[in-house]
Amino acid sequence: MKVLSIVETAYRATVEEQDDTILWLNHMLKNNGLDVGILLRGSAGNYAVKGQDASGLSFGDLEMSHPPQIDEDLRALMAKGAPVYYVREDVAERGIQEANLVEGVQPISRRDLPSLFEEYRLVWHW
Amino acid sequence: MGQYLLIETHDPFTAADGGGTFGLGRRLAEEHDVVIFMLQNAVLATRKASSAAAALTPLRGRATLLADEFSLRERGIRDDELAEGVRRASIDELVDLVVRDGRKAIWH
Amino acid sequence: MGTLTIALMDPPYETETTTTALRIVDSALRKGHSVNVFAYEGAVNLTMAEQAPHANPVKGTSVEEEAHPTTKDWIAALFRSAQGRLSWVNCGLCVDERGAGKWIEGPVRGSPKEFAEWVKSSDATLVIPTN
Repeated sequence: MKVLSIVETAYRATVEEQDDTILWLNHMLKNNGLDVGILLRGSAGNYAVKGQDASGLSFGDLEMSHPPQIDEDLRALMAKGAPVYYVREDVAERGIQEANLVEGVQPISRRDLPSLFEEYRLVWHW
Repeated sequence: MGQYLLIETHDPFTAADGGGTFGLGRRLAEEHDVVIFMLQNAVLATRKASSAAAALTPLRGRATLLADEFSLRERGIRDDELAEGVRRASIDELVDLVVRDGRKAIWH
Repeated sequence: MGTLTIALMDPPYETETTTTALRIVDSALRKGHSVNVFAYEGAVNLTMAEQAPHANPVKGTSVEEEAHPTTKDWIAALFRSAQGRLSWVNCGLCVDERGAGKWIEGPVRGSPKEFAEWVKSSDATLVIPTN
């Protein structure tokens, strides 16, 4: 079953899962037989930027030893066969150069979202 | 032709992309059957005197515009205040659109 | 009658989404549908057994006068009215991270695997995101 998961809320779980909880969940769903695609929308468009670095967090005497690596998580999803799209206008509005994005992520314009949605049986906005 | 149900819950005045669902609805409605169901603070867009109601105008006649009756009642929004084209709807109707009609439901 | 699967993420009392989700579950059950709920992230706190009502010092009312059901009570009521048509999985990893392992009768521990299986076998799936 083809499912398009739209991810919009970014960077909310850094201290919790040490990754993005929705990307992780969709990776699990892919492993369990759903044909998942990812659409990065809004602030989550920044997830496709290369070189994100959340290292160095420490609170009191405790250091985070495994910071999130969202760009690597996207690469892992794509390696599993899950396409990753981003909304071109959302990325442009945030001043992100497309040359700075992870290889393999695919742009889609707002205009073409209906066509993308038609390729999927279910469209979920997380 | 696809059947879509766009569920908008965000306050149109504070959500940076509060118009996102309405814009998406306009694009989808060019080729598909679209219902937009406003819930929670999204119904603050349904007062005809609200500046946010302008976002609904391009959808009028192209998409079905529904507003959750409880969300309206909770906010004291009366039928005579509703923008043209907006109809009060129950949560039962939302469930029918999802389960009985099998619409592609996208919650924002 | 159909089967509706819902993914739910918000913890109690943080957003209006909890109220809406409970209304949707209640409506679907009253219509005779079966409902599956996958509680992810903070939503695992909805069913915690040790939730307790409180008095209201602003109104000067006692806990009894308040008659203030918590989310676990609302969900227990849904289980009672469902007569076997409500299934509820609390994401086990989310539970562990939150120390939220004591919950009311009805929900079970599970994983995204259960959610994926529900999606494949349901008539409809509604993902209710957090804001």
